Amino acid sequence: MNKRGETINSGEAIRNKGSFSQLISNSIKQNIRQYTMIIALLSIWIIFALLTKGIFLTSRNLSNLFLQMVTIGFLACGMVLVIVATHIDLSVGSVAGTLGAVSAVLMTKAGLNPLLTIVLTLGCGILVGCWHGFWISYRGVPAFIVTLASMTAFKGITLAITKGATIGEFPLAFKALGQGYVPKLFFKNANFNDTSIIIGVIFIILFIIIDLKKRNARIKHELEVLSVPLQTLRIVLISVVIAIPCMVMISYRGIPYAVLLLIGVVVIFTFMTNKTKFGRYVYAIGGNKQAARLSGVNIKRINFFIFVLMGLLTALASIVFTGRLNAATTSAGNLFELDAIAACYIGGTSSTGGVGTIFGAIIGALVMASLDNGMSLMNVEIMYQYIIKGAILLFAVWIDFVTNKKA
Amino acid sequence: MSEYILEMRNITKEFPGVKALDNVNLKVRKGEIHALIGENGAGKSTLMKILSGVYPFGTYSGDIVVNGQEQTFSSIKDSEHKGITIIYQELAMIKQMNVCENIFLGSEICTNGVIDWEKSFVETKKVLKEVRLDINPNTKIIQLGIGQQQLIEVAKAISKKTELLILDEPTSALTEAETDNLLNLLKEFKEKGVTCIYISHKLNEVFKIADRITVLRDGQTVTTRAAEELDEDKLITLMVGRELTQRFPRVEHSPGEVVMEIKNWTVYDPEIPDKKIIDNVSFTVAKGEILGISGLMGAGRTELFMSIFGCYGSNVSGEIWLNGVEIKKRNPSDIIKEGISYLSEDRKGNGLILMQSIKQNISIASLNSLSKMTVINENKEVKAVEKYISNLHIKTPSIEQKVENLSGGNQQKVVLGKWLMTEPKVLILDEPTRGIDVGAKYEIYSIMNRLIDEGVCVIMISSELPEVLGMSDRILVMNEGKITGNIPWTEASQEKVIYYATGGK
Repeated sequence: MNKRGETINSGEAIRNKGSFSQLISNSIKQNIRQYTMIIALLSIWIIFALLTKGIFLTSRNLSNLFLQMVTIGFLACGMVLVIVATHIDLSVGSVAGTLGAVSAVLMTKAGLNPLLTIVLTLGCGILVGCWHGFWISYRGVPAFIVTLASMTAFKGITLAITKGATIGEFPLAFKALGQGYVPKLFFKNANFNDTSIIIGVIFIILFIIIDLKKRNARIKHELEVLSVPLQTLRIVLISVVIAIPCMVMISYRGIPYAVLLLIGVVVIFTFMTNKTKFGRYVYAIGGNKQAARLSGVNIKRINFFIFVLMGLLTALASIVFTGRLNAATTSAGNLFELDAIAACYIGGTSSTGGVGTIFGAIIGALVMASLDNGMSLMNVEIMYQYIIKGAILLFAVWIDFVTNKKA
Repeated sequence: MSEYILEMRNITKEFPGVKALDNVNLKVRKGEIHALIGENGAGKSTLMKILSGVYPFGTYSGDIVVNGQEQTFSSIKDSEHKGITIIYQELAMIKQMNVCENIFLGSEICTNGVIDWEKSFVETKKVLKEVRLDINPNTKIIQLGIGQQQLIEVAKAISKKTELLILDEPTSALTEAETDNLLNLLKEFKEKGVTCIYISHKLNEVFKIADRITVLRDGQTVTTRAAEELDEDKLITLMVGRELTQRFPRVEHSPGEVVMEIKNWTVYDPEIPDKKIIDNVSFTVAKGEILGISGLMGAGRTELFMSIFGCYGSNVSGEIWLNGVEIKKRNPSDIIKEGISYLSEDRKGNGLILMQSIKQNISIASLNSLSKMTVINENKEVKAVEKYISNLHIKTPSIEQKVENLSGGNQQKVVLGKWLMTEPKVLILDEPTRGIDVGAKYEIYSIMNRLIDEGVCVIMISSELPEVLGMSDRILVMNEGKITGNIPWTEASQEKVIYYATGGK
């Protein structure tokens, strides 16, 4: 062992005096919100599993559930940033509807190929984001008002584009984004999806490599790290957590493209919120706008980009949604904003700003999608579905308020 | 019935880490005007907040006796029921509402739950007449001047059948004529039997109206005397009268060349467009000196430096020169890049992001140098933050500790760490030791000395006279938006600073 190694080991020894159980309890204390969210999700699943006599937990249903939550998942990723920075975006549903109609018209009327359509639709989403950002950041109109205006206006634009009709039947490639699964690669005739297995394994290996690299970097900088057995435990646990949903999807028809795309977005946004200046500034603005301003944060520019990103994600959501339905309708996107906002709050995003995670919002989106899916399986009437979803949102925000007060 | 309308006995109030009031006694006779005097931070406002129930019974120790009865106020409503009304320095009126609505806000005249506006108007006219204001009760507050607004606050107090009226710095925003008017009015009310506690820095006013004077210093009662027994000089001595002990690590500095120069700096009030907050101020700061900025509340010290930092005032004019180059930009991010940093007096409001970690708070202003292509180099960040945690002796188990869980002194060191990390040429510290304990204060003074050795200019705004006298190499005294005194520390004394701070008249 060289000298540096020794100092680390001694440092580790000192730090590990805090026993294993203490470490666990600290970890729970620090991540109490995330744990309660996951527990809430699992209990909802168990309840539905009991009420539907197990249908809910079949791989077929769970696969569908994941596919259904993708749209809200995209929106929730953007909405977290919006809400953390103490704004709100009420327009995402209407805008998603409009963008879906735009993409439909581009393909069916203008005859563009799917790739170009997707690029143009994403561009339109960014433009809408710029429009919102301009009014909110540079003209000082509250986000609530700006997006409320858009909520109405874009409903009108959707009607204008679709002329009240349903526009449908898209090229296969576009549909695949919304409802397709990764194709089998080697064992075409097997009753499982080999590509998905490969993807799942790649995810796990990537995770292990990144985690070990991080550990090495910390050792290099003489910072504290987990002891070897704890590190191993961590790797095993997280591998299992990645493997289970993969297994579920593999045993049905494989991993859907849309889910892959969402995973990509979640990874990028998690990285952005944790590791970039932009992310830090978003949380700083939400935590204490005045302090952020005095620390030299360009608040206007950050707010502008938050809404540009929201626009981009709204476009992504609309593409996936339109592809899944294989049609653009006038009612598409209806109430998406509420589901996305609810997903954020259920996922622990603070209604007063400054706190919230992408991971939490995704769990929140899963909760919302599970409620939809489970209640549909049980044939609950739509009126009760709305009431129950509303009650759960209220309950979630109240829980957030209570835990905040205690902390 | 006793001769005293109010007795506050042995009042002690502690904030985390600080004893704001220590066994304070205040006895106010029926029908007198009683002046409460003390430096900034002597505890006057805290005492009045206890009296009015802002700090409810149980959060302090000691007794409040009103008209011979012991009181346990748990809210402002309780104290108002006993006829005690307090008018704060910052007027508490809703500007978009009219005079009548404001006067009866919270105590509306109702019949069967419906507001009786006719009766309210008649009553409003009556009380307006009592304060000799000839305006329509329908006038919106926003259309009135500060002097008139002040009188409406008084009218509101009268409408509540107030027996004991407390005025906290009522004249800080008033003109001389308006002040005289208010003082005459208070004398009239005295004739009618209203008792008044008058808090003011302006000693000449105090002697115009006060019957008796209580002096507070460092959270303790110094004395209560009849006004005739005192004059301004005696009063100043009582206010500051304490020996400077070894609380300040003074080190001889030898100031070098001028680093920053401010020329003809003028700032208008963002809310009252034609009121100058800062009036044509010019000064210099030299390398290796601690420049103390003294002055009373409302003198414009914070506004001066906030506006230099680019975050105050709507109409700012003047020049900033740093090392011989003029800085034209007027926003915090560019000013920080140029090498000027400003530590705000409002630690929680403007300095910290309480829900975030020490690490995030310290690095927030320096992320540019810690990141490449917007991606933060976390290892570099952690090392940099740890350096400041150990240099500043911030007591914490981890750099991930949330700032809200730290003591006041450690919180202040976190903010200080944030600004030191930006490696400023000029560091402006606004009330750097407010609300922190003596030990932490000493550490912050030592850090200031260290900075001077490293060639940083330190500007220290402070309301604590001993601190200004104990640490500064030179003291600028401000009064009503102007610099009225420029004193080298060797010639400075408490009396001299107070003299300039009260306008040097």
